[in-house]
Amino acid sequence: MEDVLTKRLFVKGNEAVAMAAIEAGCRYYFGYPITPQSDIPEYLSRELPHLNGEFIQAESEVASINMLLGASATGVRAMTSSSSPGISLKQEGISYMAGSELPGVIVNVSRSGPGLGGIDASQSDYFQAVKGGGHGGYHIVVLAPASVQEMYDLTMLAFDLADIYRMPVMVLADSVVGQMKEPLVPNSRPATDLPAKEWAVRGKGDGEQRVVKSLFLGDGELEAHNWKLHDKYQDLKARECRWEAFQTDDADLLVAAFGSTARIAKTAIMMAREEGLKVGLLRPITLFPFPEQTFLDVTARTKKVLVIELNTGQMVEDVRLAVARDAEVGFYGRPPGAGSLPTPEELLEQIKKNY
Amino acid sequence: MQQVFKRPVSLKDVQTHFCPGCHHGTIHRLVTEAMDEFDVQKRTIGVASVGCSVFLYGYFDIDVVEAPHGRAPAVATGVKRARPDSFVFTYQGDGDLAAIGTAEIIHAANRGEDITVIFVNNTTYGMTGGQMAPTTLVGQKTSTSPYGRNQQKDGAPIRMAELLAQLEGVAFSARVAVNSPKNIIDAKRQIKKAFRYQVEGKGFSFIEALSACPTNWGMNALAANERVGSEMADYFRLGVFKNTDNM
Repeated sequence: MEDVLTKRLFVKGNEAVAMAAIEAGCRYYFGYPITPQSDIPEYLSRELPHLNGEFIQAESEVASINMLLGASATGVRAMTSSSSPGISLKQEGISYMAGSELPGVIVNVSRSGPGLGGIDASQSDYFQAVKGGGHGGYHIVVLAPASVQEMYDLTMLAFDLADIYRMPVMVLADSVVGQMKEPLVPNSRPATDLPAKEWAVRGKGDGEQRVVKSLFLGDGELEAHNWKLHDKYQDLKARECRWEAFQTDDADLLVAAFGSTARIAKTAIMMAREEGLKVGLLRPITLFPFPEQTFLDVTARTKKVLVIELNTGQMVEDVRLAVARDAEVGFYGRPPGAGSLPTPEELLEQIKKNY
Repeated sequence: MQQVFKRPVSLKDVQTHFCPGCHHGTIHRLVTEAMDEFDVQKRTIGVASVGCSVFLYGYFDIDVVEAPHGRAPAVATGVKRARPDSFVFTYQGDGDLAAIGTAEIIHAANRGEDITVIFVNNTTYGMTGGQMAPTTLVGQKTSTSPYGRNQQKDGAPIRMAELLAQLEGVAFSARVAVNSPKNIIDAKRQIKKAFRYQVEGKGFSFIEALSACPTNWGMNALAANERVGSEMADYFRLGVFKNTDNM
């Protein structure tokens, strides 16, 4: 018998997403080709037909998010994926899903922008993902993988959180973790104690009519609905914050970075440690809910935090909000389309400047 | 005593919000009658669109998903693929289907999705106050074509039933009207045909129903009803444009 604990694969991050979706029980995928995420629809177009599933290459990103909306409304696990400009097109549907309290997984293997931008690694979609990219004032859960392993594990988690909280969940990756090959141990499994989807439309049968909608015109209905959504976001903040803390216990300077940038920062931190500088890393894994309390706790000691991003400053705003005026917040970033990633030496220099 | 006329089981016993003389109510009735006759109410999932048609769930006693403006055929695609045993239809107006949702209707039809689309064409955006629609007749005055639709600048009205009939994936496409007893009887017959295609798993079926909008046309109910049978039906010809079982 195969020992699953020792099963190691060597795959691309995008493939890991597709594999995790299948393992999570997702049998419905709707997408549209766009670099650098096309491995995901390619993989699922190959596999889903053998699993009694459905793969549709939609006419547009707009159509694919709405196919996801329709499938999710019936209670099945379903997914779409795209990259930045395509994710912009999906925002209308994401807002409707958030308003209708529909689960669903959206993967953004982001590229650089604005506009058509470029295809190199960037973290310029942080605001769009975390602040509710569409109209109406809502949030979705945003998970930021930093490795192929996390592309798998967080995709699995995305399906669970979507079902538990009845809301869209985004895996916000970039071309580094999407296109890179790394060892993967595909051990994550879906949660087993998920709530029943009694709200899902299946045909009313002999029961009461079920309606999935986001229109609330009755007196006070919409306000009550928005408070309900707000409470859900507060629950998420209380229960679902995830992060990686690396050598933060004795740190004099805290570095904050997410996704692939955090890996380069980690190397720079190890170099700094070799030189006797006490530097630690806090890597938010959930960008929404943002681990505010953890930032407050860690910076209570360090009094300083250096935020590093592959943009001109987005997550840094949430760090500033989290630490208020209790800690000094520095920033180093490279705008989208820099054409290359920062080197560990480049980040070490910034660490020294801020130490 | 035998009861020969009753409210369809699939139609709720409530008052509608529709204006006097509007044809939505009649079309709702015909669709729910057909639903009863095929005994599909319990396995039906309706997809509501944006416009006067959005309150579908208030009048139809069925499970309903509300779609963003124009996206009902994409939502219905997701619903039907996930639950192939369900009976799925969309109910859309002309602004929704023939303007903002053009890509979604063309491609759902072209894929031959096993769904039925009820398209209500009243040549205007009713809910938002009577603006120019893709189906507004040339010369027709609306709140955004105050000098009348100008074909050179605004194009000519789109004939969706004929356009969709060109697509291989479409099994059935017809245009009906509900402005006279004769037309109502025929509309019911065509709606049943459209439903039969889906019940038998034979692909995409499309009904375009001409409808009066007296409020936004600035007419009384009777004059609006007459316009459907004259000016509208002259341009939007009633008939069956695709019927694959007869081919």
